[in-house]
Amino acid sequence: MADGTIGLWTVPLAVLGGAIRVSTPFLFVSLGECITERSGRINLGLEGTLVMGAMSAYGISYVTGSPWLGVLAAGATGALLGALHAGICSLPRVNDIAVGIALMLFGTGLAFYLGKPLIEPTAPRLPAIDFGWWSDIAQVRAALRINVLFLIGIALAPILYWAFRTTRWGLLIRTAGESSDAARAMGYSVLAIRLRATMVGGFLAGIGGSFLSLFYPGSWNEGLSSGQGITAVALVIFARWDPMLCMWASLAFGGAAALGPALQSVGVTSGYHLFNAAPYILTLAIMIITCSPKRTLTGAPAELSITR
Amino acid sequence: MTSEVADPAETIAISPAADPGFLQRYGGTIEYILIPGAALVGALGAFGIFVALFGKNPLDLYFYMYRGAFGTWFSWQNTLTRAAPLILTALCTALPAQLGMVIIGGEGALLIGALASTSVALAMQWAPPLAVQLAMAAGGMIAGGLWIMLSGGLRQYRGVNETISSLLLVYIALAILNHLVEGAMRDPTSLNKPSTREIGAANMMGSIPGTDVHWGLVFGIVAAVASYVLIYHTVFGFAARVAGGNIRAAKIVGLGVGKLIMTICFLAGASAGLAGMVEVAAVQGRTNANLAAGYGFTGILVAFLARQNPLAVIPVAILLGGIGASGGLLQRRLGLPDASVHVLQGIIFVFVLASDAFYGRIGFLKGKP
Repeated sequence: MADGTIGLWTVPLAVLGGAIRVSTPFLFVSLGECITERSGRINLGLEGTLVMGAMSAYGISYVTGSPWLGVLAAGATGALLGALHAGICSLPRVNDIAVGIALMLFGTGLAFYLGKPLIEPTAPRLPAIDFGWWSDIAQVRAALRINVLFLIGIALAPILYWAFRTTRWGLLIRTAGESSDAARAMGYSVLAIRLRATMVGGFLAGIGGSFLSLFYPGSWNEGLSSGQGITAVALVIFARWDPMLCMWASLAFGGAAALGPALQSVGVTSGYHLFNAAPYILTLAIMIITCSPKRTLTGAPAELSITR
Repeated sequence: MTSEVADPAETIAISPAADPGFLQRYGGTIEYILIPGAALVGALGAFGIFVALFGKNPLDLYFYMYRGAFGTWFSWQNTLTRAAPLILTALCTALPAQLGMVIIGGEGALLIGALASTSVALAMQWAPPLAVQLAMAAGGMIAGGLWIMLSGGLRQYRGVNETISSLLLVYIALAILNHLVEGAMRDPTSLNKPSTREIGAANMMGSIPGTDVHWGLVFGIVAAVASYVLIYHTVFGFAARVAGGNIRAAKIVGLGVGKLIMTICFLAGASAGLAGMVEVAAVQGRTNANLAAGYGFTGILVAFLARQNPLAVIPVAILLGGIGASGGLLQRRLGLPDASVHVLQGIIFVFVLASDAFYGRIGFLKGKP
């Protein structure tokens, strides 16, 4: 098989590459949301956090010349937005879903406002590691150009899985999520636990955003994220609040999202927009299949408003 | 916080009521005006600070916002034109809220409604304009209604969370719109911005006599008043509110909760679909990506600020329409980016939700000494 003539094999290769490349934001947002939801709160505002993260990462990378400082700034921005969400939610009678919707609008609006001057300039991007050096085929090499953030995300999933099961913090988060009374009886402040869980969730979602602007697609514009944050939040629900399942689902989603561009590259242009909507359709389909009106979902934190 | 600061000023207005029963009777209503009002003032203050951080004078900001929204007859017309779709999309959130559902997919129903009404108009080019417009309205409402009914049905019969499903449906609706506008329904002459063919000048909805405000505003007000009557003055509305308050109680007394959810969701989606029809028939004249202007998302804010009351949606939509209308002036005179309107909306939303904590906590409103 000579290079450049792999024909229709381009599609599965691009889907594989997409699963690696496109899945990273899904991975970070869903793992972050997993932590937040396990503590008994849902943060729908991660869509806004993702966009804010992308904007601040690009801005800081442009100003300082260091993309890694950008990633850090994105995480810090996300943590701040998470603290805002948790702070408002800790007021009595405030609905966390509604606050999430508000922060989704606020975050995207603020990112577009502050990001106006960033559309033109080019900021330093994150480097990629070439795992495809052994291959002569350009497409294989393109698919295996992997960013470190992806590897961190993949490593994070089993770590979180382990941490939820065995560490003291994991247990505290789960206690706050399953029964706030029990956590209170043990002498812990449920609000403080949820504040931290939401901040960590926001931190991870912000980093997911930095991947969008600093690696793939690798620029800042207002159409950068269209619903990837909210898809990732939905993904946590059918991943049953399990970090490992979140990881597999994110990979599947990345592949689905890469289908549109992959088919376009081999000349299938009709239905481009429909293929681009594949992740949303897939999310909806999986939610329809896995949810049930009769019982609450297995693994759902009992304090979570969305499952009650 | 700011909301408490604003309270003393208002007490002067209420204190002449010496009748001790007055506050007990109307305290709740006053609360519903006072607290969101204070939240709004607080949000405007926070936005002023935000703008001051970028070296702009907040007083100029408020002046131009007022000028651009309500200062002149021209800006009033602009405001009311924007309020029309906002009333309709806000109902898409406010109606299901009576059942305790949080539907945030008004934007999707708007797009599907616009697409359906455009298709109807293009298929009926032979018919007289009035018939075309009626058919467009019906098409838009049915399509939008079915779209949100999908979310309601998924919630009732599959247990899928309606907030997330309705938002996912927004993105799916946008994809369908782009697919059709760039494919099967594309007007070959629309080169730069793919669009459908125009529905024809004769089929466009006119303005209310003496103004430049289109009839969509009347549609919106009628829909809001009708929703209010339906929710608060009919047996059906009563049943919906019972189910929203306590779904188990509703099932025990034998209310058909499934039917309630489906009907309310259909009406909610129909309202947003009508907004799409209005935007096509009164503003754009065709369907293209311009329709995804965010009216559906601002409508969510309108509904929450109006505390999901269909009647209160009308003034709140005019207020938010005014903020949108002033965006252009802020851009020209103060050099603020067009996204500043979204920032302000976001801040208002956050303040309004945080103000929920104050209900029932302001002592004097309960007639306490």
